[in-house]
Amino acid sequence: MVEVTAQNFEQEVKNETDKLVLVDFWSEKCEKCMALMPDVEELEKKYADKVKFAKVDAAKDRRFCWSLKVMSLPTFQLYKNGEKVDEITQDVTVDKIEEMMSKYL
Amino acid sequence: MPDLYDCLIIGAGPAGLSAAIYAGRARLSTIVFEKKQVGGQAALTWGLENYPGSVEDPTGPKITARMREQAEYFGAVIKHEEVKSVDLSGKVKKVVTNKGTYEGKTVILAPGASHIRLGIPGEEKFTGKGVSYCATCDADFFTDLDVVVIGGGDSGLQEGLYLTKYCNSVTIVEMLPELRASKILQERAANNAKVKILTHTAVESIEGEDLVEKVVLKDTQTDERTELQVQGVFVFAGMKPDTELFKGLVDMDEKGYIKTDEYMRTNVPGVFAAGDCRVKWLRQVVTAAADGAQAAVAAERYVDENFSD
Repeated sequence: MVEVTAQNFEQEVKNETDKLVLVDFWSEKCEKCMALMPDVEELEKKYADKVKFAKVDAAKDRRFCWSLKVMSLPTFQLYKNGEKVDEITQDVTVDKIEEMMSKYL
Repeated sequence: MPDLYDCLIIGAGPAGLSAAIYAGRARLSTIVFEKKQVGGQAALTWGLENYPGSVEDPTGPKITARMREQAEYFGAVIKHEEVKSVDLSGKVKKVVTNKGTYEGKTVILAPGASHIRLGIPGEEKFTGKGVSYCATCDADFFTDLDVVVIGGGDSGLQEGLYLTKYCNSVTIVEMLPELRASKILQERAANNAKVKILTHTAVESIEGEDLVEKVVLKDTQTDERTELQVQGVFVFAGMKPDTELFKGLVDMDEKGYIKTDEYMRTNVPGVFAAGDCRVKWLRQVVTAAADGAQAAVAAERYVDENFSD
């Protein structure tokens, strides 16, 4: 998964036009996020050719998260042609993530 | 890996992990299934001060990580898999997960419980946009902001006090005329300058544009309404058992809590229940751990009595 910060968000997410971009907002303190991570990495292998998997360490840049209107972990946002098209902010499961992505593939 | 396990445990919170420790020590071949974080709700609770022996810097993640280590040390296998269905009717029980099917001589149900949604206007819309059910996950985002905590029980006060490390102010609202939390937490809340307590008060709605901006409070005695400017709403008001999967398979009460006897036996032979999912009056980490121990020892006896060649 690509590590995304305020510095490379433009380049890695906004300018990505070939693939969908899934952004995983997480932090080490978020046990739910840590439990989900291995499943998301497995999903990445499955969709590697169609979806770019990115992650934002929320603990490192709270303001950046605020600017993307992320106020809760885990949050998953989906970008298509640089625009946010969908997100999941509650009861996140790997099934829900897959379902969300398949709507836009 | 055997084809037929002695003990299949559903849920790796304190009840499931404690059961796994006892089952492992009894040399029962044991798997624990957990779809979310190992440690259950306790892994999301920062202060776990009332668990015996947890004296210095007792955090939920730390204590539950040790429970996990202990269970694995004694031979239990913890699998990060989601249980999709169970067949508890036969002598051999079946547990179907997203990764495979497992057969067991006994099953211990320890799925736990989760915080309920209140169903008030704005709650759904702003979940993840200021409404949260996990202080340890989300407290960071509310640094220097004002938040309201719904629920004046142990969870509400414990989490509210944790939030004071980050937030500018924490208003705890309780519908009842008095707080329900333990006295020590009430004392701490009263002595914390950042905490304001409003009893006989309900949050009627959560409002804002894209993110939470305010809540409407209602005095449950006078019906008077006031607005409170907050950026965050943390909900810790009531629990529901995560037992949907087992409806119709084991006896439950009208709220969905599983009925057991003092050996943690359900009405189905070979099926036990432990922890917050069970009908009981005190749902704490220590009582969950106690349930787990009893369920595992009862399961061991059941295996001896029913499966010895």
